[in-house]
Amino acid sequence: MLIKLDKIEKTYEIGSVQVQALRGVSLTLDKNEYIAIMGPSGSGKSTLMNIIGCLDTPSGGEYLLNQNNVSTMDDDQLAEIRNREIGFVFQTFNLLPRATALHNVELPMIYNGTPATLRRQMAEEALNKVGLADRMHHKPNELSGGQRQRVAIARALVNRPSIILADEPTGNLDSRTGDEIMEIFEDLQEQGNTIILVTHEEYIAEHSNRIIRLRDGMVERDESINK
Amino acid sequence: MRILIYMWEGLLIAYDALRAYKMRSILTTLGIVIGVTTVISIIALIQGLNQAFSSEVSAIGTDTIFIEKFSWNMQGDDWFKYRNRPNITVEEAELIKAFSRHAQAVSPEMQTSRTVKYNEKAVERVSIIGATADYAITSNVEPEYGRFFSENDVTANRSVCVLGYEVADKLFGTSDPIGKRVSIGGRKFRVIGVIGKKGAFFGLNMDAQTIIPVGAFQSAFGDQRRYVSIAVKVQSPKQIEEAEYELTGLMRRFRKLTPGKESNFSINKQSMLLDVYNSITGTLWAVAIGVGAISLLVGGIGIMNILLVSVTERTREIGIRKALGARKRDILWQFLIESMMICALGVLIGTLLAIGIAKLVAATTPLPAAITWWVAILGLIFVVGIGLFFGIYPASKAARLSPIEALRYE
Repeated sequence: MLIKLDKIEKTYEIGSVQVQALRGVSLTLDKNEYIAIMGPSGSGKSTLMNIIGCLDTPSGGEYLLNQNNVSTMDDDQLAEIRNREIGFVFQTFNLLPRATALHNVELPMIYNGTPATLRRQMAEEALNKVGLADRMHHKPNELSGGQRQRVAIARALVNRPSIILADEPTGNLDSRTGDEIMEIFEDLQEQGNTIILVTHEEYIAEHSNRIIRLRDGMVERDESINK
Repeated sequence: MRILIYMWEGLLIAYDALRAYKMRSILTTLGIVIGVTTVISIIALIQGLNQAFSSEVSAIGTDTIFIEKFSWNMQGDDWFKYRNRPNITVEEAELIKAFSRHAQAVSPEMQTSRTVKYNEKAVERVSIIGATADYAITSNVEPEYGRFFSENDVTANRSVCVLGYEVADKLFGTSDPIGKRVSIGGRKFRVIGVIGKKGAFFGLNMDAQTIIPVGAFQSAFGDQRRYVSIAVKVQSPKQIEEAEYELTGLMRRFRKLTPGKESNFSINKQSMLLDVYNSITGTLWAVAIGVGAISLLVGGIGIMNILLVSVTERTREIGIRKALGARKRDILWQFLIESMMICALGVLIGTLLAIGIAKLVAATTPLPAAITWWVAILGLIFVVGIGLFFGIYPASKAARLSPIEALRYE
């Protein structure tokens, strides 16, 4: 079992008002699964993603990631977990604008002290995998949207994380480019990666093997898809 | 190893950020530049002064005391007070020579400026010094040719003279001056010796002087109201305090000053020049530290300001880095290194400017102003100190950002 969420709660305080974004979400996830988290805005999907991605800690419940209890970790421990276990792919790509594709992909390895030569080699390999070997010295503004998202995927892959966490990865792309990106995710799953996709589009979610629907901070439905 | 990677990465990031905002970075460093330029060039100047001064002041031995009407270290309206003191006299010099136990040599010194002639040749504005035979000891002059005048020459008021190197050179060239008669201010004097080359002392050309017996000086140029100083050479520098005490006592006795009455003469010695000197350079130090501190403070605040802007502008970048695994200290160091790089740029420009100023001073004035290895150390201290001090607030602000909010920042 890769991920075990047990009655996860998250409450925000906005002024004096308490907002309960998650009200006891329980969920288990095995290695090499490909799941989609869906739900309308306000359903708690982003909050759940932040918690799974170790960007945030729950206010109640327990989160075990690879047998590590993440719910009690401090900021720096969470940073190390993010670095080692999670590969993020964002809707807005979130690449460093002034750095080349290669340097962007190297970035996660800078924070775990990988030596420069190895770092470079691994970054080149990852870019190769997403078909960008010939664009690695270009900066993000010299790349198309699809290419940027591939750089981001290469960056998410490069540390060989336990989970690839993709938040609306096709949201800023046209549908043809979006399909290309989704194909990459399918390939990644075939290679043994675990993927969590957050989306609100049905046809994107259908690429996955399992769809978890959230509503009002709770799991509304958890269904497997037979392709 | 890991820390080196962070440092290197930090340098690259900072370099990148500085290059992206060239004008802003240069303007930001301006305060540091001015501060560093001021401090370093004033220090270079003081070093130059120190060198010049110590080589000059060593010409006066630490074992010589000068009894004079005025003090070498006068403050405020001292001059107006001392002006009314009685003049020091040649007779007082004779008394001191007769009574002092600590004195090894005593010579009165009178001074004027006259033209020295030989045949058709003349040297104008030669410093003519009236002294006794002991002057050779008190002023440490040794004739290169011939001899210095003797006690006899002095008591007999003989019209003899000892020429400075330059005077002899201009009047006689390569021919032998000894025994020749020169005219000093219209009076005839027989040359008995020539002093070796001595150089300059506080801008005074020591080689353009001529020394004659004090009696001959008085009868030739008058002795009324002429300023006399008595040079007393003590047996050893260790006795200088006792000698000062003894001489004060002797002078008070000669002048019949009752106890409680203020001394109406001054005892001068080399260390007083050091006092004067130190008070001058003390002011320079204060200026250097004052101007330097203010501009470094302003410069530092400028850096802090620009870093705060930079942190806000790069909130998203910080969010990305944190999402990818940057810890608080990674972000902290990133901005601290950036802060130190801005400082380094300022220190570099400031140091180059100061080197230019020092070179200019050394070339246009007699001061050997110079910048040496300590600049590197000083520069390093500036970089690390200011960079850390003014960078720590923006850097910790960046480090504390929540990754979620930073990622959401537009």
